[in-house]
Amino acid sequence: MAKYIVKRILLAVVTMFLVCFITFFMMNAVPGGPFNGEKAKSPEVIAALNARYGLDKPVHVQFINYMKNILHGDFGVSLKNGRNIAQTIRESFAVSAKIGLIAVLVALVFGIVLGCVAALNRNKWPDHVIIFFVTLFTAMPSFVAASFLLLVFCIQLGWVPVWSSSSQNYVLPVIALSLPPMSYITRLTKTSMLDALGQDYVRTARAKGVKPLKVIFIHTLRNALIPVITYVGPLCAAILTGSLVVEKIFTIGGLGSKFVDSITARDYPMIMGTTIFLAFIMILANLISDIVYKLVDPRIQLS
Amino acid sequence: MAQNYDIPAPKKRMWSLQLNPEKFERATDEEKRQADVMAESTTFFRDGMKRLRRNPLAVFAIWILIILIAIMIVAPIFVPYSYSEVITVEGVRDKSAASMAPFQYSKLEKAYMEKYNVRIFPHIMGTDELCRDYFIRVVYGMRVSFLVGVFASLMVLIIGTIYGAISGYCGGKVDLVMMRIVDIIYSLPDLLIIILLSVVFKETLDFSKVPVVGKLGTNMVSMLIVFGLLYWVGMARLVRGQILTIKENEYVLAAKSMGASGGRIIRKHILPNCLSVIIICTAQEIPSAIFTESYLSFIGLGVALPMPSLGSLANTARSGMQSYPWKLVFPAVAIILICLAFNLLGDALRDAFDPKLKG
Repeated sequence: MAKYIVKRILLAVVTMFLVCFITFFMMNAVPGGPFNGEKAKSPEVIAALNARYGLDKPVHVQFINYMKNILHGDFGVSLKNGRNIAQTIRESFAVSAKIGLIAVLVALVFGIVLGCVAALNRNKWPDHVIIFFVTLFTAMPSFVAASFLLLVFCIQLGWVPVWSSSSQNYVLPVIALSLPPMSYITRLTKTSMLDALGQDYVRTARAKGVKPLKVIFIHTLRNALIPVITYVGPLCAAILTGSLVVEKIFTIGGLGSKFVDSITARDYPMIMGTTIFLAFIMILANLISDIVYKLVDPRIQLS
Repeated sequence: MAQNYDIPAPKKRMWSLQLNPEKFERATDEEKRQADVMAESTTFFRDGMKRLRRNPLAVFAIWILIILIAIMIVAPIFVPYSYSEVITVEGVRDKSAASMAPFQYSKLEKAYMEKYNVRIFPHIMGTDELCRDYFIRVVYGMRVSFLVGVFASLMVLIIGTIYGAISGYCGGKVDLVMMRIVDIIYSLPDLLIIILLSVVFKETLDFSKVPVVGKLGTNMVSMLIVFGLLYWVGMARLVRGQILTIKENEYVLAAKSMGASGGRIIRKHILPNCLSVIIICTAQEIPSAIFTESYLSFIGLGVALPMPSLGSLANTARSGMQSYPWKLVFPAVAIILICLAFNLLGDALRDAFDPKLKG
């Protein structure tokens, strides 16, 4: 077990390093330096600026410096507005994390409940209705879902104001973010629930006269939820990437919309910083869900 | 001593039935045929297709795809507009034709129709804000999506299968190293890397002079390169796992002991058994590639203008959502239909070709 955790952490560290490596050298490959502005500068000024920011050093030295800075929490400054990137990330991530965490919870709760309902009513109408909608939502990219929600509830029905900073402003973004992962969790829960319902120990419990509800919660659901745990990592990744477009559509000033803005503005240090930060969160989420999965399911240790 | 013929002679063997062949009737041909319960011999592929045809959802998905593909092929021939052409009437740029509702004609078009008493081809989905026919733009957007989906999945198929097969066959240290590489690529946050590479390729690569590719734009090509770089790992893992288990099967051992060559074992035993996984994985790769393409187009990293894409159409439609909701609805419905059809088809293929995986 300890060996597995160490191996898994090592893999995460290597991946993280690779992300930084790719990001840095890719951004370095882009033609044009940060000082090629509209105003022509004399070569002396550019050389002085390069020396000031350490850009005259060889690339690998720059990379090592950049890595050192990142480890100290310094992502540099934005090319467009000169603001500290680490601070921008910190402020905007607070907004994103709030919506993202609510969306994770909504996706998990609704996905598990709907999956159970579908599995327990197999081939009856609740199952068919749930699977129909789930299939539809899996075929709907998050930006389509978000645009439709905005179109229907804000513009056509007028239930939710388009521009507001109150808490109900979060309702639609959270729904748009959680719909695709929720559909996946529903399918996952249904499959593993059906699997668990067919196990011998469930039949034994029923034969012993254990109450049906107890069988469902104690014997079936607990085992059926194990595969769902592995999905929590990808779930966080899905919600983070979904937040890029959803935040843009609902004009929430979170990290996602900052990232998209920096892409449109070609603000390379900002793109680098945000990519590395988002990648870090995704890799961390994957790491945690993988380790928890091993801890929860004793059967896996045997193999 | 008289022999009593009524009493059968004692059995020579204890358990013999001592049957008299004359007491038996010969079976007629018809009766023989009735006993013949062997199913017609079929190939693996035909068997899977038979199961696929029996699945109503699969048939539904295939019909949607056939209809969409037919529209994509036929529409550009019949519709007299092109995706980048601004509507002109008698050589005059029709400025009144901006953002029209479906099947609506502009003032100039109406005047033209009355003057010459002819019908102009209707704008089935209206026009966009730059006076271009929206229907043909949506159709071209669908073409782009299909193209990306098919190309990306082909690339995944080729790279993933070869890589997985080598890793699975060689085993040992080669396998270990190759799978470590896969592990690392697999744990990379793919969409972030795709965005990053698209941003960079957009600036560094220039395909505009290459004939076919140039029309799609550098973004599109870089997107395909990125798909090729990152998306094959799932396929490689599956193929490797499959080959590892198949290699250990008794029938492979039997074939080896009968002196079958390595090539024959690969062709006759390993490949056909991998085929189901390969088909399923390829089919399921298509919608995820289409998803990613529309996503990237939506955030402005997709195909080059004026070539439309469903994602970029949806993005431009957002600004006029209040007044022209249909401009959002048409491309959105197109994406949903395409993804739905491919998802259903992928699931149905999984059920048909690998019943063990049925979920």
